[in-house]
Amino acid sequence: MTRIPLPALIGLAVTGAYFLAALFAPLLAPYGLSEVVGDVWEPSSAEHLLGTDNIGRDLLSRLIYGGRTTIFVASAATILSFFTGSVLGLFAAVVGGWVDQLLSRFVDLIMAIPTLIFALVVLSVMPVTLPVLIVVMGLLDSTRVFRLSRAVAADLAVMDFVEAARLRGEGRGWIIFREILPNALSPLVAEMGMRFIFMVLFVSTLSFLGLGIQPPEADWGGIVKENKDGIVYGISAALLPAVAIATLAIAVNLVADWILDRTTSLKGGRNG
Amino acid sequence: MVEPLLNIENLRIEAASYQPGEAPSRITIVDDVSLSLQKGHVLGLIGESGAGKSTIGLSAMAYGRGGVELTGGEIRLNGREIRTAPSPVLRKLRGVEVTYVAQSAAAAFNPAKRLMEQVIESTLEHGRASRREAEARAVDLFEKLGLPDPGTFGNRYPHQVSGGQLQRAMTAMALCPQPDLIIFDEPTTALDVTTQLGVLSAIKAAIRDLGVAALYITHDLAVVAQIADDIMVLRHGKTVEYGTADQIINAPRKAYTRALVSVAANEHPENLPAGEAVLSLKGITARYRNVPFDVVSDIGIDVKPGTTLAVVGESGSGKSTLARVITGLLPAARGEITFAGRRLPPGLERRTREDLRELQMIYQMADVAMNPRQTVGTIIGRPLEFYFGLKGAAQKQRVVELLDEIELGERFLDRYPAELSGGQKQRVCIARALAAKPKLIICDEVTSALDPLVAEGILKLLLDLQTSEGVAYVFITHDIATVRAVADTIAVMHKGRLVRYGMKSEVLSPPFDDYTELLLKSVPEMRIGWMEETLAALEAEAR
Repeated sequence: MTRIPLPALIGLAVTGAYFLAALFAPLLAPYGLSEVVGDVWEPSSAEHLLGTDNIGRDLLSRLIYGGRTTIFVASAATILSFFTGSVLGLFAAVVGGWVDQLLSRFVDLIMAIPTLIFALVVLSVMPVTLPVLIVVMGLLDSTRVFRLSRAVAADLAVMDFVEAARLRGEGRGWIIFREILPNALSPLVAEMGMRFIFMVLFVSTLSFLGLGIQPPEADWGGIVKENKDGIVYGISAALLPAVAIATLAIAVNLVADWILDRTTSLKGGRNG
Repeated sequence: MVEPLLNIENLRIEAASYQPGEAPSRITIVDDVSLSLQKGHVLGLIGESGAGKSTIGLSAMAYGRGGVELTGGEIRLNGREIRTAPSPVLRKLRGVEVTYVAQSAAAAFNPAKRLMEQVIESTLEHGRASRREAEARAVDLFEKLGLPDPGTFGNRYPHQVSGGQLQRAMTAMALCPQPDLIIFDEPTTALDVTTQLGVLSAIKAAIRDLGVAALYITHDLAVVAQIADDIMVLRHGKTVEYGTADQIINAPRKAYTRALVSVAANEHPENLPAGEAVLSLKGITARYRNVPFDVVSDIGIDVKPGTTLAVVGESGSGKSTLARVITGLLPAARGEITFAGRRLPPGLERRTREDLRELQMIYQMADVAMNPRQTVGTIIGRPLEFYFGLKGAAQKQRVVELLDEIELGERFLDRYPAELSGGQKQRVCIARALAAKPKLIICDEVTSALDPLVAEGILKLLLDLQTSEGVAYVFITHDIATVRAVADTIAVMHKGRLVRYGMKSEVLSPPFDDYTELLLKSVPEMRIGWMEETLAALEAEAR
């Protein structure tokens, strides 16, 4: 049990490396974020390990700084989405009745509109700043967390131990945070990994479409957008940030899978 | 000498065990078990949960559930060794030569298919008969098993028949391919006693008429006494005693078997002090939302301090609903509840903390009645903190006292529910209820999920606590033996109404009303031939 399976180990290593790179970006990056240091689309060399981008900035440095932005925005939005979604979801499941109906139908309404379109509409009428971006992404995504936590909590809320707490006269706070939340935590934590990946993809997509992180700030989606024209000339600069997005997504997935396996197997779940 | 139909020698079964925090290990779940079964005979396998009886039963078709491996010994069926047989051979024999009847018929039938399809499926699959022959055989079996309208019964879907009928349909399914051996795995355990009697006699008659052999797995010795020729008593995967039914029931040699035979015979002397009732219901009527009829109607009962009222009835009789009404989870539509001299509001929300503290509840399934993420210390400690404000060392000291009272002790303080046995879990639930210093505890089927000897221990503990703490119980159960062992007064419920109510000695002695008589007569007694006598008696009365 104490041994970590190989896929999870790989996932942990890759995820860890990306997060460390994001954290220590100014120390690791050889050049500044928007420093023009060479020619347009230089190939890789000793000076510029990954070459330069469409206006001659060091691509490695931009990738490291871009990762910092991407991971920060995605993490912040995930935390917001989890906080809002799970608190409201647990509350709806425990209280039930018209409160539950109201919240659930509102969530249905939001979910009926494709998330990306909704985000594009909102962001095109609001000033695109970092906080606005995070709040829009987090709130839109919280609908999914709401659904999951409500479903998990609704199953738990009818268990005898919750009934025993109600019979004792416990308040809603105790029932939600002490009786239900600890038991709902494992699916929620595994879901958190999935939501984080979704956020990375979401912010990358928005930036690629020009409504996410605004230049001269950079994120991976934005770097893909800046360099996409190079592909026509056989220049791979656009692919590197795309690879970064893909590997981070897969790595986090592997970790989330492992967490889900571990926590469910304690209760005689997936792994016996 | 003719070789027996089934001959198992020195069977050894192992399973992989995954303990959290430990490397996977192999454990032996059945060790050195030998048995033999002649054509047309019935062997009863009996033991508490974890004794390995189902595992041995399934080994008769060389099958092991997930992770279970038949690692040693010999299983000979119809003269050939099947333990090591390759899977094509086993596929041909399973479902035809050997068939299986599971405990929960409701879970074993596919709800989307008609019964007939499912009853004849394996017969057709193995080419044992044409569709027409198989259907004719099934109809014949329906008739033998006493199912209504045998000709058209097979056209129904599983949800259109009752639990007892479904269990008989499953027996028909097992009999249809004309097997040599049937494995019955607790076929009547999930049924009410009055239904159990009918299913049991139908199974016995069908086995006798068709001359098949059977392994009958159950935890209820009284049931197996009615149906088996031989009985094997198992414990922890080993044979305790193996002999004829007559010898096991009437002259058990081993102490464990003797304990099993005598377990149902406890009797609690009734006692009814004078004075004010601690709980008194008057004209209680209640219904669930969106249900057009009263689930309980016009119930009036009294419980005196320090006494036990047993509420008896089969499933659907409204006895658990009555408990929900008393606790306020389901507010009564009409009627009044007086508790400890004060009138209780019908709904939970409007009751005071004092009302809630003095009226505690213990559940049937102890493992879902405790939060799996809380330790025993937290589970028992919370009511102390909540009702009495006890914290820190004072709380811990009281928890340890309570743990001693339920005979567990301090070392259980930091355990999680998953680390407790069934009986220990129920004891912790009792301690949690006691922690509130209640005047009355509602016990909802608290022993029915437990093995007989464990259940006996729980009942004894509850009675001891009643003497020392003076607490009253409302004891909800379907089991007459439990009633005899704990009750001072009895309320018999049927279809939401009180059909009989009074002192235990009055309720359990004639003259009876029809329902109480049926209920009492349906409880299997621990003697051979009881079923035939009872059926004859019931038939004579009907005439």
